[in-house]
Amino acid sequence: MKQGVEVAGLYVRDQDEALAFYVDKLGFRVHTDVRNGDYRWLTVQHPDQPSFQLGLFTPGPPVLDAATAQAVRAIVAKGAMPPLVLNVADCRAAYDQLRERGVEFTQEPVERYGNVDAGFRDPSGNGWKMIESRR
Amino acid sequence: MGTDQRRNTPASPDPELLRRLLRAKDRMDAASHEGWPVSRLARVSAVSEAHFARSFKEAFGVPPHRYLLTRRIERATALLRDTELPITEIAFQTGWASLGTFGRTFRDITGESPRAIRERAQAAVHALDRVPACIVSAADRPDLRTAVSEKRRREAGDITGSLDKLIKEIR
Repeated sequence: MKQGVEVAGLYVRDQDEALAFYVDKLGFRVHTDVRNGDYRWLTVQHPDQPSFQLGLFTPGPPVLDAATAQAVRAIVAKGAMPPLVLNVADCRAAYDQLRERGVEFTQEPVERYGNVDAGFRDPSGNGWKMIESRR
Repeated sequence: MGTDQRRNTPASPDPELLRRLLRAKDRMDAASHEGWPVSRLARVSAVSEAHFARSFKEAFGVPPHRYLLTRRIERATALLRDTELPITEIAFQTGWASLGTFGRTFRDITGESPRAIRERAQAAVHALDRVPACIVSAADRPDLRTAVSEKRRREAGDITGSLDKLIKEIR
């Protein structure tokens, strides 16, 4: 058995919208999509990273009460969740491609110390840095 | 002021509005050297000019133009640390109309002169080389909790400097 992180989750405002974004725009694949009543366990995977799943979860019952869920939705919409980093082979090419697909970029590709990074957000407000690293 | 802030903050801010306000914040982040009058920011967020500044402050804790100041100083700090550009050039590139305003605001916010920050930052930069550079720049963001004008008044007893004046200079 392999040890390590298997799932890390994001809060999103709408799971269908998030699924369309991560799969159709970013090119992730659906790993698991199961429902139990109102609850939906939805994870996606980067095609090159089969051992890791990114969870796309909505804040709400039965896990969170209504007031907590509302607070979490506000925090996500304000872009206050911690940064996410996506490694890419060619940041400028990925930028052109994703922008054409309608991804909302917050920062154009910039070269710093030999790396190139750009920034984008998912529809909910989660912020990603997209980094082409020389390391 | 804390009480007023609480009274003005709606119990449940609308996440859709917050997401659109975030777009205005992102646009300032991406081009902090540009002019950002309320009309322009309100258009990005699709809210009325009358509501924009207050909604932004409720969402992010600082008025939009004070936020813009912190971003300009953050960028200037990065240029001071990472480049050998003359300070005049850095002032110009980060959106200031005059070197005097830049230097004064820089000292008001950071407590140090651009030259002192340059010397200190260049000495400390190597410790951060394991953190992505784009995230390091955010960590350098000045924490501007009081109005620049208040800080200036408190520290220098200057009652003529006002944030309004500063904001006009930014626009």
